[in-house]
Amino acid sequence: MTKSELIARLAERFPQLVAKDADFAVKMILDAMSDALVRGDRIEIRGFGSFALNYRPPRTGRNPKSGDKVSVPAKWVPHFKAGKELRERVDKAS
Amino acid sequence: MTLTKAELADLLFEKVGLNKREAKDMVEAFFDEIRNALETGDGVKLSGFGNFQLRDKPQRPGRNPKTGQEIPITARRVVTFHASQKLKADVEQLYNGTSA
Repeated sequence: MTKSELIARLAERFPQLVAKDADFAVKMILDAMSDALVRGDRIEIRGFGSFALNYRPPRTGRNPKSGDKVSVPAKWVPHFKAGKELRERVDKAS
Repeated sequence: MTLTKAELADLLFEKVGLNKREAKDMVEAFFDEIRNALETGDGVKLSGFGNFQLRDKPQRPGRNPKTGQEIPITARRVVTFHASQKLKADVEQLYNGTSA
C-alpha cells in the first residue's frame, strides 16, 4: 500500500469529508511524526507501536573499494518497535 | 516529550479543520489502515517517511535467560520499519554526534 492508496482508503471511510481533507490529514500526520523524531522526541501509538531514536557510536569504517580507513561519526537512527496488537495480528495472519 | 494519538488529533482539528470527533477518528483510521494492510501481508510505503515491511522468520533455538533452559523460538512473521533516506538524513544531522 502506498501513501496515495492510504489516502484513497481514508477518503472512502470518511464520505462526509472532501477528498482533499484525507490527503491533507495524511500529510499532516506524517509531517508531525517526522518532526517529532527530528526534535529527538518519541512517538507512542497504542496498539500500533512506538518510534524512537537509537544511538550509533562513532566507528572506523573502510572504503570497500580502496580499503582506506574512514572515520564514521556518531549518529542517531530512527527505530520502530511494533506494539502488541500489531505484532499479534501480523503473526496470526501468516 | 512523546507524540501520541491525542496530539495528532489536536493537530488535525487545528490545521485541517476537522471537528474533534472526525480528527480523533481520522487518526485512529490512519493507523488502522496501515495495520490492516500489514495484517493481509501487504507492505506499506509512505514516501518521505519510510516503509513498513514484513519478514517471515524461521524457527530458531533460544533459551530462557533466567533458567538457561533451551526452548525453540517458533517461526513468526514480524514487521520491520525502514526510515526513508530523507528522515534518516534529517534525524542524523540534528544531534551532530552528541550522545543522549
